[in-house]
Amino acid sequence: MDITTLLISFVKIVAVVAYFYGLFWVMGIKGKKIRLGAKEIDISLLVNTLGVLAGYLVIQLALTPFGSFAVLTNFDRGLLFQACSMVMVALGLNLIYGFNGQFSLGQYGFYGIGAYTAADITFRWINGDSRGLIVVGIGTILGGVVILFIRKFLSGLRRMPVLSSFTLYLIGSLIAGVVAVFAGKFLAPFVNPLLGNALAPGVLNQTVPMYFVFFLAVIFAGIFAAEVSFLFGLPVLSLGSDYFGIATLGFTIVVYTLMVNSDTILPFPEMKGGRGMIGIPKLTTWFWAFFFMMLVIITMRNIIRSSTGRSIMSVREDEIAARSMGINVAETKLMSFVIGSLFAGIGGGVYAHYIGFLSPGAFDFLVGFNPLIIIVFGGLGSMTGTITASFGWIFFLEGTLREILGKISTEAPSWRYVLYPLTLLLLMLVRPQGLLGSVEWGFLKSKVIPLRKAKNTDEVKTA
Amino acid sequence: MQTISQKQKSIHIVTPNSFLAWIGKFLLILIALFALFVLAKNLIAKPSLFAQNVLDGLKLGFVYALIALGYTMVYGIVKLINFAHGDVFMVGAFVSFFAVEFLGLHVWPLAVFPNINPLLANVLGTITIILLSMVICVLLAITIERVAYKPLRDAPRIAALITAIGVSFFLEYFGLLEFVFSARFIPYKRPFEEMTWYIKDGIHQVEAGVTTPPGSITFSNIFVVIVIATVLAQLFLQYLVRRTKIGIAMRATSFDKPTARLMGINVDQVISFTFGIGAAFAALGGVLFAIAYPSIKTLMGVYPGLKAFVAAVLGGIGSIPGAFVGALIMGQAEVLTSAYVSTPMRDAIAFSILIIVLLIRPTGIFGEPEKEKA
Repeated sequence: MDITTLLISFVKIVAVVAYFYGLFWVMGIKGKKIRLGAKEIDISLLVNTLGVLAGYLVIQLALTPFGSFAVLTNFDRGLLFQACSMVMVALGLNLIYGFNGQFSLGQYGFYGIGAYTAADITFRWINGDSRGLIVVGIGTILGGVVILFIRKFLSGLRRMPVLSSFTLYLIGSLIAGVVAVFAGKFLAPFVNPLLGNALAPGVLNQTVPMYFVFFLAVIFAGIFAAEVSFLFGLPVLSLGSDYFGIATLGFTIVVYTLMVNSDTILPFPEMKGGRGMIGIPKLTTWFWAFFFMMLVIITMRNIIRSSTGRSIMSVREDEIAARSMGINVAETKLMSFVIGSLFAGIGGGVYAHYIGFLSPGAFDFLVGFNPLIIIVFGGLGSMTGTITASFGWIFFLEGTLREILGKISTEAPSWRYVLYPLTLLLLMLVRPQGLLGSVEWGFLKSKVIPLRKAKNTDEVKTA
Repeated sequence: MQTISQKQKSIHIVTPNSFLAWIGKFLLILIALFALFVLAKNLIAKPSLFAQNVLDGLKLGFVYALIALGYTMVYGIVKLINFAHGDVFMVGAFVSFFAVEFLGLHVWPLAVFPNINPLLANVLGTITIILLSMVICVLLAITIERVAYKPLRDAPRIAALITAIGVSFFLEYFGLLEFVFSARFIPYKRPFEEMTWYIKDGIHQVEAGVTTPPGSITFSNIFVVIVIATVLAQLFLQYLVRRTKIGIAMRATSFDKPTARLMGINVDQVISFTFGIGAAFAALGGVLFAIAYPSIKTLMGVYPGLKAFVAAVLGGIGSIPGAFVGALIMGQAEVLTSAYVSTPMRDAIAFSILIIVLLIRPTGIFGEPEKEKA
């Protein structure tokens, strides 16, 4: 056993966790005022923003190589990006299970959908085919419009069976999908020359930066995953808790099967089925990983600390009591499921463009337990715990164990998955309620900054 | 008051038999009709092949039924999805592999009594193998229960689920290590020879090297063994749960644990016993599965375990006949799908059936409706 390696990887875990705690602490600063002449100015928002920027820059600097030396090596960079996408997936699941109490095993299904969708868009783009972007873009937007339209229509109806509304949504979104495919076919001859390809750049290829497409791809992938989860969740969420879990497990397996047969059953030859999709541009930089992660964290925190979030949590505590308080339980469940899947889809997009290679094995249901394990570890219903556990988990499993076992012998890394469940067992027996329970830290704990200041209360306070 | 009633009038109430209320049922009926159409078309086109497929499906379904029993009983009592059950099944298959390959336990009757009837010798040998696997699996399951689940009985339910996943991972990946079993498929030596018969104008034995006439349905002694073993196991379990004292204790524990404890039932013992019974049937299933599909590996328990679990849910989790019926449906779904729809989609279709059935009957086919929370 190499003590220095162990120590270094331990320091890494602690440093990353400390980094995030510091970041959230800075983001949570409120009521910081400076005197500028006669006026007092609240600079807490400025401090928060600067804190986030500084947090971004610190890691960016550490990643930048000076000559042959970089504080964070390529290996650490990989861990960092993996952990960032895992944070998004796990936070999504925590919203579904930890905050809303719906036991879901389908998170990796949505993660996979997001990863493959985003990868396909950028893959086609760099090969001079914009159809992926057009079809997915039109499809998700049109699908969203259709779904909202049907919702508007259905909101006027009462005692509508869930299955019937599901059928309406299904038909609507299928029509939207078909329209999008035809629109893609129709528009492709016009757009493709603009695009050009890697060898002969078109008009757009020079003006539209690659990263803009990447951004759109990740966002569209997230929305696509959210729409799929809407369609799937609408009928299935009406089942009880464990039955919902089993149905979502089934969803993961269905998605996995479709991925394995993406070139035979689904018409996507570039995904290459079970052999895995190669040649995805590696576009995820620290900026994007950080950006999307912070987007997810801030969005989720604002949802949780709003009245919506309180209604989400009340459904977890007691559905009947929540219903009697006037909360639409079915809507709340569906909403948290959709938002959670949106996060998973975004995480998938970031992951795909970091790793550059997607194989269905990465989204099998056996690894699909990972986010569940993470959120239970971190503490159900604790965002801080989830983020800590995601980073700790990735750094422990992919970092520490790999490094140390790799030092012992070439065969030893296969011991990783033997030691890991044992650790899991031990930790679970010692602390069944998770590392942090439902404790929050810093920014995640504090109240939402109100958009409009209530003037009356201020006057009362000062008076 | 008037404004409220006016407001209510403006909302259109969908009556149960209007078109909009029926559109969901139309969808289900359409799917069912399509499935029936596919099946009927193939039945008419090649009836003997269809019957052969149904027979194969039964073989698979009976093995699933054995595994599903363990899931359904454990869930019925401790409300835990025992993910490690599929790996107990795998251990059962491996124990029998070692018993046959290295210990040669299946030939002991011939070695001890040289003049014994060969059929009887085979039966005795196979039963020995099965018993050995059962004993080891029962010990394993009780150990798992004591180590991983019992300390967490008062913890949140998810904690036990996570430890179940942990145990399952441990058993799988420990077996995957290079010096244990590695990731290869290991050829399995059956404890008895396979004999095949075909049905065409009566039952005939298939001679070695002779092709069966077209349009015949073949079945083997393995199929017969599986059917007999499963039916016996079912009957035994029904007897155990309905008629014996421990069965009554099991039912009482599953109904209300604190009250059962007050009535003088040793709840911990009953739970351990349930895990043990489930593991015994899983071991039986493992041996039979390995005999029927003779190649084993450490990940072999994952998908059969999952399918059996789905079968248990499909039939109504907690119900023993439900597990049996669900398993038969799963077996048929898997084999018929791979025969007539598409082989790679068989898992997806099995799960789609589960989801559709749950949508129609939220607690499974034989499940009792859930009690409303007080």
